[in-house]
Amino acid sequence: MKPRIEPIVTAAILIAIWHAAVVLTDAKVFPSPLAVLRGLNDLPHLASYIRDSLFRVFCGYFSAVILGVPAGLALGWWLPLARATNPLIQMLRPISPLAWMPLAVIWFGVSNLAPIFLIFLATFFPVVVATMNGVRNVPPMFIQAGRNFGLSTPALMMRVVVPAVLPNILVGLRLAFGVAWIVLVAAEMIAVDSGLGYLIIDARNAGKRYDLVVGGMLTIGVIGLLLDTLIRLTERLKVVRWAFHD
Amino acid sequence: MTKVVFTKIGMTFGSAKADKSVHVLDDINLSVNQGEFVCLLGPSGCGKSTLLNIAGGFIKPSEGEVTIDGERVTGPDPRRIFVFQERGVFPWLTVEQNIGFGLFRQPANERRERIAHYVQLVGLQGFEQSYPRELSGGMKQRLEVARALAVNPDVLYLDEPFGALDSITRLQMRRELLRIWQAEKKTILFVTHDIEESVQLADRVVVLSARPGRVRRVVDIDIPHPRDLSDPRYLQLRDEIFGEIGLAHQI
Repeated sequence: MKPRIEPIVTAAILIAIWHAAVVLTDAKVFPSPLAVLRGLNDLPHLASYIRDSLFRVFCGYFSAVILGVPAGLALGWWLPLARATNPLIQMLRPISPLAWMPLAVIWFGVSNLAPIFLIFLATFFPVVVATMNGVRNVPPMFIQAGRNFGLSTPALMMRVVVPAVLPNILVGLRLAFGVAWIVLVAAEMIAVDSGLGYLIIDARNAGKRYDLVVGGMLTIGVIGLLLDTLIRLTERLKVVRWAFHD
Repeated sequence: MTKVVFTKIGMTFGSAKADKSVHVLDDINLSVNQGEFVCLLGPSGCGKSTLLNIAGGFIKPSEGEVTIDGERVTGPDPRRIFVFQERGVFPWLTVEQNIGFGLFRQPANERRERIAHYVQLVGLQGFEQSYPRELSGGMKQRLEVARALAVNPDVLYLDEPFGALDSITRLQMRRELLRIWQAEKKTILFVTHDIEESVQLADRVVVLSARPGRVRRVVDIDIPHPRDLSDPRYLQLRDEIFGEIGLAHQI
């Protein structure tokens, strides 16, 4: 992935328009880009807020991945298991993770566990479903060939099914990460007193600091972009490169 | 010496209700000799692929049984390898890793030797570290044949292996397959709907009827290799089979 000039130009133009709009309309509440930068710069907690947010996302996300991938493999492989659990999954899936917030607060109180739990809920199902669909779409001839060479079921899983679905799993992981980041901010607005979500809600409640509201939003966006880029780098790993275009 | 014996094979797919079920194979009796190259030829939908899958142990027949060396086939077995169209190679493995896929029981040095031998045999030298997407259709097909041969099976089942290749590559692959068959002395069961292909390759062509597939006729192709495609005997046998299939279409 070579760094490209186009996105930088786009960003520069948008920032210029933003600045011009604030100056020309003489806006009182909405901050200019410079005001946002100054506000963030003066904020002593910014680094620790970012650290807290990242910690929560990683805990929730990785526990969802560690449980969700094996669950998806099992559901994709054993049809009866999928038939038995599918209605439950399809019923739980449309419930917004944020709807669990009151329960999360009761169960875990104002602690890291509440947002971690919500992020887990938000990412677990996309990971399970992507993995499960991947397993079902493994070409039957790969399975047949594996059996023909005398592989036992565990060996077939490790040597044929997992490598075949790994690209699907990666795509699922990437989508799930986007969701995790979205849910994190909402969860932090209610369930905790640190982090980037908390920064936004606190800046508004405590002193109508809209420079910090916008600054918090931009920080979330920029970190999200960086992490997505990082996840995309995994598509270049040798074990999955066969499935993605160079 | 007799190798593969089909005894009264019948196959019906679907439910027990007669109107919903599909009767694809009916009373197939056939015996294939050790080292023989037999083509199963028939119109599409006649059940020839099903018959090959039954021999491979992937499908249980509704009636009858297949035995190999007198032993009943109950499931897939590395002594008999099924070769698909070129899409059967594992895209996440290199050429070498694909060929070595079935060699997990062998010690590392033997695995290395066999991989090198079969890379050589199918002419993929220089591509050992390549991935299938970097290979042409014909090369992928040769890779799949090499992967099958590497585990030293006695029988190869090929299910329209060259169907997806262009016509020039297909001709080259037929010549390659004959060369490999003569070098490795395997028993080959080859499914095709291409009459010319069957007469070019086989010792015997088993002509199946339209569904439900029955053995209409078994034609001995008594022409030595390499076969001259303008030889009168070749043309005569080919036209005989054309006639046979033509009749099958009229029923």
